[in-house]
Amino acid sequence: MTALGKLFRTTTFKLTLVYLTVFALFAAFLLGYFAFNTRRLITEQITDTVNAEITGLSEQYRLGGIRRLVIAVDARARRPGSSLYLVTTFTGEALAGNVTALSPGILDNPGWTETAYRRLDEADDHRDHEALVRVFQLSGGFRLLVGRDLEERDRLYHIVLDAGRWSIAIVVVLGLAGGLFVTRRVLRRVDAMTETTRTIMGGDLSGRLPVAGTGDELDRLAENLNVMLERIEALMHGLKEVSDNIAHDLKTPLTRLRNRSEQALRAAGNEQEYRAALEATIEESDNLIATFNALLMIARAESGQARDNMKEFDATEIAHDICELYEPLAEQKGIKLKVEADGATPVSGNRELISQALANLVDNAIKYAPPKPGEINGVPPEIVVRAFKEGDKILLSVADRGPGIPEADRGRAVERFVRLEQSRSQPGSGLGLSLASAVARLHGGELTLEDNQPGLKSIIALPRGGPLQNAG
Amino acid sequence: MVEAQPDRVTMRLLVIEDDRDAADYLVKAFREVGHIADAAHDGEDGLAMALHGQYDVLIVDRMLPKRDGLSVIGTLRGKGIETPALILSALGQVDDRVKGLRAGGDDYLPKPYSFAELLARTEVLSRRRGGRAEETVLRVGDLELDRLSHEVHRGKDAITLQPREFRLLEYLMQHAGQVVTRTMLLENVWDYHFDPQTNVIDVHISRLRSKIDKGFSQPLLHTIRGAGYMIRDGAR
Repeated sequence: MTALGKLFRTTTFKLTLVYLTVFALFAAFLLGYFAFNTRRLITEQITDTVNAEITGLSEQYRLGGIRRLVIAVDARARRPGSSLYLVTTFTGEALAGNVTALSPGILDNPGWTETAYRRLDEADDHRDHEALVRVFQLSGGFRLLVGRDLEERDRLYHIVLDAGRWSIAIVVVLGLAGGLFVTRRVLRRVDAMTETTRTIMGGDLSGRLPVAGTGDELDRLAENLNVMLERIEALMHGLKEVSDNIAHDLKTPLTRLRNRSEQALRAAGNEQEYRAALEATIEESDNLIATFNALLMIARAESGQARDNMKEFDATEIAHDICELYEPLAEQKGIKLKVEADGATPVSGNRELISQALANLVDNAIKYAPPKPGEINGVPPEIVVRAFKEGDKILLSVADRGPGIPEADRGRAVERFVRLEQSRSQPGSGLGLSLASAVARLHGGELTLEDNQPGLKSIIALPRGGPLQNAG
Repeated sequence: MVEAQPDRVTMRLLVIEDDRDAADYLVKAFREVGHIADAAHDGEDGLAMALHGQYDVLIVDRMLPKRDGLSVIGTLRGKGIETPALILSALGQVDDRVKGLRAGGDDYLPKPYSFAELLARTEVLSRRRGGRAEETVLRVGDLELDRLSHEVHRGKDAITLQPREFRLLEYLMQHAGQVVTRTMLLENVWDYHFDPQTNVIDVHISRLRSKIDKGFSQPLLHTIRGAGYMIRDGAR
């Protein structure tokens, strides 16, 4: 596509053409109307003047006969810029007047006619003029002709017509030039954007669309696209980080798995040892699968796919259900697990995911509880799960009396795969808090970790749902 | 690792799975525990075999060449064939599960799965039709559970159970003589489809066991190594 072809194909240029046509047609109509009316007006003026003269002259004739008429016509004909006059006998012989060389037969038809003529006082002018004349039959066979030159009318008419042609020509030329100018400007900016887009598509996500700073629609578009690019870049960055982490945290157990199998092949002497090695392998791969599932779950929550399954339910119900699930486990470890709730806590969200997030928090609280009851500061181990309202949020909190997380580490603890030093010995994928955090963010909320003095308080904030049907 | 169960009834199974290794492995494993298993490697073959063969349970991979697993099940259901179908899927998400069950599947197992889990679920499916779902009083040995009055007796002793323990025992007794896995319990008794990091089910089971088996010479609630649990009258 040539540069010019590209120019002609743009929306701006096509719009320019449409507007140009509309304006040109409008101008033509306006000037045409003006020209037509001017001509009509002048013609009317001429007929009025001629009629008045005829009335005046026939009055002279009536008062003083042909002599008086001839004197009057002679007097009038001599005035500068006068009308055209001719008085003839019934045979056509001129008695007085200032015109000659009329079209033949004019005098035989009383009434209005347009005719060529020549003034008597400009004898050597060969050019014929046009005039609008009226022939009036006087009593006694005399004929009176009065007329006005049409040159003025035609000149004016032509001036208007010429003005029309010129203005249309100017409109078209200026319009086209302006259109081309605007189109080229827009095209240049679009081209710049296209260029940037190409480099971005080429893999350089740091590129941004140029913003001219004029605040026009192209700027707004560019700004929005830039925000989108920023988001994409952040997501891509996150994705890269995740894949690095996945590579690291899946490869470690995979290496262990492989080493163990090799070890068994090399050293196992009897069936029992093979069996033990295989069982360990299966267990390790089960852990891998669990890690993998947790990762997928987080990815799904973060991509917002789980938004389809949103329902209204009571967060207190979830707190009770999860505590009921974990209560025997807590009891086994000598921990008291209790639920505190006040009133209805309606939440709109994915029940399964929120349950899982809360389960992870409770699981963590139990897992990191001191091995012997009452060991930390003599405070009896107790885990309190609370569901309550705060502003327009519904909070689900899990407070334990475990070792807690130092303030400096709290932000990091929520990240994927981060397992703080003291927890390395505990089983788990290190994804529990990340999942809880991803679930909270999916619902437009957040996961925060606080000091429970002593212990850890994890809080999932969720947006409040509508009133529950069975609220009570 | 999967122990043969004394009261296992032979099932006829059809495995529709395009990965030949996986299909062969399943067919072999099912045969080893005494079932009859055939394999189909694409959706069209699978559909034809399921239409003409007499199978107790279909094991259908979700993604198949020629015809999608869900479409196979949908077509069968459309023709009035109600053979229970278990869907295997690499997509282990909750909504995929819901989609699978809505398409006419009876159970759903995300890949990778353990054979013990698959076997347990298949056996539960094969007996569902003639199952004990409608009985009001469930009995295993001298253990009796009344589903209407919510009373549980072992011999002459009344046993008090928490509501969830009751649901747990009820589910186990509905499937007496069959292996029930931890995931199955979590799904059917608690209605959760995620994997709690710690094995909370074991603790619930040991609590239930202490209520129904403690002080009796004949234990009813057995742990099946590498698979799950089973309630069974050991005296038989």
